[in-house]
Amino acid sequence: MVFTAFLYASLIIFTLGLMIKIWTWFSRTLGTSAKQIPASERVSAAVKGILGVVFSAKILTLIKVFILDVVLQVRILKEDFLRWVMHLLIYVGFMLLLLMHALENFISEPLFTGYYSTINPFMFLRDLFGFMVIAGIGIAIFRRFILKVPRLKTNAMDYYAIFILAVILLSGIVLEGAKITSYTEYQDMVQDYAGLEDEDEIAALESYWVQNFGTVSPNVKAPFDEEVLSTGQELHEASCMDCHSAPQWAFTGYAAAKIIKPVALALDRAGASTILWYIHFLACFLGLAYLPFSKMFHIFATPVSLLANAVMEKDTSDPANIATRQVMELDACMHCGTCSLRCSAAPAFDVRGNDYILPSEKMTFLKTLAAGKKLSERKLSAIQEGVYLCTNCDRCTVVCPAGINLKELWFTVREDLVQRGCPEPLVLSPFSFFRGLNRENIPAEDYARPLAGANRAVAGKFEQVMDPSTPISFKDREIVELNQLPSTGTFSYCFGCQTCTTVCPVVAEYENPLQTLGLLPHQIMNCLGLGLVEMASGPRMLWDCVTCYQCQENCPQNVEITDIFFQLKNLAAKNAGKVVDESSPDLEAA
Amino acid sequence: MKYALFLGCNIPARVDQYDASARAVLRQVGVQLKDIREFNCCGYPMRNVDQKAFLLSSAVNLALAEKAGLDILALCKCCFGTLKEAEHLLKEHGSLQKEVHELLAQKGLEYTGKIQIKHFLSVLYHDVGLDTLKSNITRQYKDCNIATHYGCHALRPSKITRFDDPVAPSIFDKLVEVTGAKSVDWTRKLECCGAPVLGFNDDLSMNLTKKKISSGKKAGADYLCSACPYCHLQFDTVQKMMVSGNGSDPLASVLYPQLLGLCMGIDEKALGININQLDISGVTSFFDSGVENAE
Repeated sequence: MVFTAFLYASLIIFTLGLMIKIWTWFSRTLGTSAKQIPASERVSAAVKGILGVVFSAKILTLIKVFILDVVLQVRILKEDFLRWVMHLLIYVGFMLLLLMHALENFISEPLFTGYYSTINPFMFLRDLFGFMVIAGIGIAIFRRFILKVPRLKTNAMDYYAIFILAVILLSGIVLEGAKITSYTEYQDMVQDYAGLEDEDEIAALESYWVQNFGTVSPNVKAPFDEEVLSTGQELHEASCMDCHSAPQWAFTGYAAAKIIKPVALALDRAGASTILWYIHFLACFLGLAYLPFSKMFHIFATPVSLLANAVMEKDTSDPANIATRQVMELDACMHCGTCSLRCSAAPAFDVRGNDYILPSEKMTFLKTLAAGKKLSERKLSAIQEGVYLCTNCDRCTVVCPAGINLKELWFTVREDLVQRGCPEPLVLSPFSFFRGLNRENIPAEDYARPLAGANRAVAGKFEQVMDPSTPISFKDREIVELNQLPSTGTFSYCFGCQTCTTVCPVVAEYENPLQTLGLLPHQIMNCLGLGLVEMASGPRMLWDCVTCYQCQENCPQNVEITDIFFQLKNLAAKNAGKVVDESSPDLEAA
Repeated sequence: MKYALFLGCNIPARVDQYDASARAVLRQVGVQLKDIREFNCCGYPMRNVDQKAFLLSSAVNLALAEKAGLDILALCKCCFGTLKEAEHLLKEHGSLQKEVHELLAQKGLEYTGKIQIKHFLSVLYHDVGLDTLKSNITRQYKDCNIATHYGCHALRPSKITRFDDPVAPSIFDKLVEVTGAKSVDWTRKLECCGAPVLGFNDDLSMNLTKKKISSGKKAGADYLCSACPYCHLQFDTVQKMMVSGNGSDPLASVLYPQLLGLCMGIDEKALGININQLDISGVTSFFDSGVENAE
């Protein structure tokens, strides 16, 4: 009764959860362009798209991807053999347990005549499948906590996934062990199937089971008389054998039985079997009910992502379907960390300590973003840096075992984030090269906005300090900050010949360079000579520098001008960040 | 001759034909390449905002190559220049260097400066040699004018990059002339392509590109020739954007290994001739059909 109630309750929650999650694929949006497409249009586009693929030659691609990537998981194999073994153990073991053991009433019994969970091969197979999952979990724990795969982060969802699987499996094994040893279980079975009256016969069968089946009895103890055992064997063959294979075949449960043997009687009296049975099935039902909301949902979403990405193209697919796919991909991510392991920009994470530089952590964040949760300005600026500090090498997309088109996700989200008005100095660097190549896909005013904001932020108080009415302020401590590299000191060799300015191709570009660039290269060196670091780190010149090194190459005094510019830009970017850090009101993340 | 191939970030994502053609050409002349999967960004885009991130990125690559016991062959001039800069900085013993070495140690890596960093063109010129190249060439161009683009980050700062004479470089011209093509003298040969500020000052970036192109045209060049993905993307993808805006004729850019590979009889498809945004298929029309082998 309780069992049935829980089963249906968890099934209902599971089904509703599944429906809600799938609905979010159509109702949630990432990026501004997706917002303009109503959910209804996305549903119909998806139906049209799926039918279009199924009734075309692309179905062959789907079949191929299904076999190679979904069933055999070749993409994981290509990355890491140990991980592939781990995943296959968990996934094959769990699927088979689900089909053969959990759904035995619906699958195993109708399929195999004479199915009993206590006879071979079923008894052995159940333990084998369970053992596979346990071994897989063992490898998962080993990888995460002992091997410490670089940049593999473990979050609450990862702990939950390992925990719930471990509870289900271990409770099942201990339950089996408890039942093997249980005297109560034994007695119930004898009453139901043997119907013995004779005291000697009762003792004989009991002795036989204690000797051979691991039962722990309060009445009889080894060593047994040969004669008693042979009587017991006769009785066993008559009443029990048809339904019971030797328990050693259930090797995990039998091992558990051996371990608990000293306390088996006490456990039996305390009703351990019943308690463990409750733990086991409640854990299963909890796992089932919570599945759509946990990392385990990738069982459904990842195959969908692999299949969808195999047949979708950026230029030819319906934008409505791309919007849907991008939200779905967030569920397909199982936080395996492959992308972060291969990320080209990862050393920046080691230096800056911003988790969001790692693609796997950006994915975790995107789930929050898509759900429409509020973001503090501090968090916004961290995620913005993380999303922008990307060299667009596309490696994450190439290696993702779930086939997620990460590069397109970054593009969508990057635009969305940089439009939110939080100035990001990184936009004034070659990290923007890719955005420049794609400028035709971005509306002109949106394209320019983040650049203007960042330019303002890195200029700091430049206009103020350049105002002739402002008294000059010397900030020597910043020279110290600037003095990280040997190049910095070389400004002092400058004797003001202006060769740097003369050879600069950027200066040559402008009719009135001083007005456009704020300060010219030799003037910046002069400022440093005077200790005017704030002034030197503010002009447009620094950010318009094409880093061609003409100035540095041609300087008769070996002033390392371009390298000094880099230092000044670092300083300006850092100070621009400080302006943001000082105020952190919450910002609505619509 | 074996090198650790350093592709950087742009090439695998956007200039695949450079990777393919360079490998094809190097294979032809007996250069072996090793791909080190753990290589990451050279650090070039990080220099504006974070010197430490730049230095660590470079140092990781240098340490990985050192671990493999191989010199680095970089295809990208910005990667080359950045790695050279890092090599130079890591010779010093400041606090920044100390931090970087510590971070390397945390990754189980160590860099002691044992390996060399070379650009693709330097390897062809100095290590492979013009004679070997010549002996592998089966057909030559005739009356084909090429404007060689040297690339700032390889040439300068010359004390650090040591690529070629910064004022009168010649290795690229000699490499081009091996193919029978003429390397034209053009005024803006050593200037910036414009790529470093693309994305945040497009006007400046494209004006620089425009000047280079008109200078090349003025010198009578049939094609630009580059050996860097940034320069190439600027002359190819960005120029295409520019000409579609103003309707003028482009001066397409051929990647050096494409130009050379065709002379070696390597298949056009293998060299990715059709992958360039601007059409360069016309380059084969310059082949001198009368002379099959200059040898």
